[in-house]
Amino acid sequence: MVGARRAAAMSAARDAIFGRVRTSLGRTVINTEDRAVLEARLTGRKRGPIPARTALDTHPLIDLFVDMAAAADSTIERVADGGAVPAALSDFLARYNLGSDIRMAPDPWLDTIPWAGRPTLTITRGASDGSDDVGVTAAFAAIAETGTLMLLSGPDSPTTLNFLPDNHIVVLRASQVMAAYEDGWDALRDSGAMPRTVNFITGPSRTGDIEQKILLGAHGPRRLHIILIEDAR
Amino acid sequence: MESTSRNFNANVRAALANDALQSALGKIESGFVANRANAAPRLPEFDALRDQARDIKDHILDNLDFYLEAFEARVLESGGQVHWASSAADARAAILDICRSVDARTVTKGKSMIAEEIGLNDFLEENGIEPVETDLGEYIIQLRKEPPSHIIAPAIHLVKEQIEEAFRGAHEGMFDSGRSLEEPRALLEEARAVLRQRFLDADVGITGANFLIAATGSTVIVTNEGNGDLTQTLPKIHIVIASLEKVVPTLEDTSTLLRVLARSATGQEFTSYTTFSNGPRRNGDPDGPEQFHVVLLDNGRSEMLGGPVRDVLRCIRCGACMNHCPVYGAVGGHSYGWVYPGPIGAVLTPTLLGLDEGRHLPNASTFCGRCESVCPVRIPLLSLMRHHREQAFEDKLSPAAERTGLGVWAFFARHPALYRFATGLAMRALAWAGRKQGRFSTLPFAGGWTAHRDLPAPQGDTFQRQWSARGGRRR
Repeated sequence: MVGARRAAAMSAARDAIFGRVRTSLGRTVINTEDRAVLEARLTGRKRGPIPARTALDTHPLIDLFVDMAAAADSTIERVADGGAVPAALSDFLARYNLGSDIRMAPDPWLDTIPWAGRPTLTITRGASDGSDDVGVTAAFAAIAETGTLMLLSGPDSPTTLNFLPDNHIVVLRASQVMAAYEDGWDALRDSGAMPRTVNFITGPSRTGDIEQKILLGAHGPRRLHIILIEDAR
Repeated sequence: MESTSRNFNANVRAALANDALQSALGKIESGFVANRANAAPRLPEFDALRDQARDIKDHILDNLDFYLEAFEARVLESGGQVHWASSAADARAAILDICRSVDARTVTKGKSMIAEEIGLNDFLEENGIEPVETDLGEYIIQLRKEPPSHIIAPAIHLVKEQIEEAFRGAHEGMFDSGRSLEEPRALLEEARAVLRQRFLDADVGITGANFLIAATGSTVIVTNEGNGDLTQTLPKIHIVIASLEKVVPTLEDTSTLLRVLARSATGQEFTSYTTFSNGPRRNGDPDGPEQFHVVLLDNGRSEMLGGPVRDVLRCIRCGACMNHCPVYGAVGGHSYGWVYPGPIGAVLTPTLLGLDEGRHLPNASTFCGRCESVCPVRIPLLSLMRHHREQAFEDKLSPAAERTGLGVWAFFARHPALYRFATGLAMRALAWAGRKQGRFSTLPFAGGWTAHRDLPAPQGDTFQRQWSARGGRRR
């Protein structure tokens, strides 16, 4: 913690900064009327231009999400229902020779998937310490505009699972697909407070820092695989 | 970071003679520039979004005090701490205090231009704390002990052979000395393996912020590698360092700015990881930092807000201006001598360090306007560079010969009849003198030109006379 002297200096710095900012703006206080307008803007949810590409009905919007996610180097498997998820996961593991150990988010919704039907999978629950090859999580929403997943931190949803395992598998329902980022924000605010972390994830980790050549798997996951349950009507 | 901006001319001569640099710079047009050109038409709303982005930033600057207060209040509500720093030294001291409070030995760092601006790495090292850069480009240049040459691609000046050399030196004893590091993939795998352990061992993680959201108290980072997320999630403490003008009112405003940022920077539809952070670990959270600190740096911004270069505070640090600058493409970022290269540096460096140090930078422009044409927040870079040029002239900072020359030209320019007469005379004299070769390899008073290329001899008449002869009209 900062000492008393540092705290006093910091408070003096704060006053000095606000003093200089207000001198530059030519005001000493914000009058009540202006302040009310600014406060209203802060809570107003006013949107800027939303790309027209997302003005689609449910199923074309889901297709847009799938196309955009693939364009960002995510891989996607569409399955009919939750019962098909364990087999889809096993297929992915077999394709890349990944063994059967899974580190999974302790998310109650993921418990509704019949994992026991695949006894070959060894599933443990919780955060990652960096030793896991495969992490499985749910998502809060998905944004069709750019094929982006929206994940929230919380007791059921460790952030480390999104970044440490080499393979990040996200189990998503098609009914979670929304048009634009702003739709994700509305859904989040309607469901409660901001969590500690909101991760927008669009494809696997990548870098272009060596001669501008794009390589996947820089520090985060080498692969981002989405298992999409077709539950939308 | 120590500036060499006043040595711009010498820096440029070295850069033009550096073959590896020229080879690396040659890839920008087919990389960043082509990628942006392909991305723009995929979003028909791009220009409307740029207008909106400019308006949002202007609104923020008009009300910076309000939004900073709101941001601070939300950070405190979410359990974070805010530290105000007037100067680079204040910011360094605040960060050191936080690190010392947990006896930190190593600090991982996400990419931050503000950390470069305040010279954070050298300062931490002097105080016995090891900073580890985790962005691949930043890691490479940290090993080579050099500053970034680009604000989003810090190692863009290097070719892979130079990176291999740096890794063989720094990783000696960690890997088989006979390993092949020819392919970029092999270099990446080696860096990934080394840095993974550093992420897990660090005591403190320091990141910058692309945006600070007033409505929610969120700090936002945008990365492709995921290094920023590992930096801020794994250690006990997360410190965010950002300058005042990074504050944005709402999540909606941030979404608009994000739509123009990635497209302008790399031509991506969206960056791989965009992360919104709100305070420290909550009750029941299985991971995340125990402390969350935001260090807010002024370092001249509050005064710029009321001055002639205020518009530069709209900058969202995408790098498009330097990607598209023919001068940057020829001389590279290090020539500019300080943290911010390219057109944005030509405006920022003289403002932050003074014209005495940075007056060459706004002259390093052909005023072709390509930077302005791609700026996502429509900063009038040419007018701002012109402002610095005028100020340098007013302050009598340029050499006497240059000032006299400009004075002579100004005299003729204010007397059009005399101007036409004198240029006509000079043109005929040069045409006659150069009639055999059609060019000059040396010419009195034009050594600055002819030292590097021939001056073509005039052909035909003056421009103004040809203009009149072809029926061109005066306005």
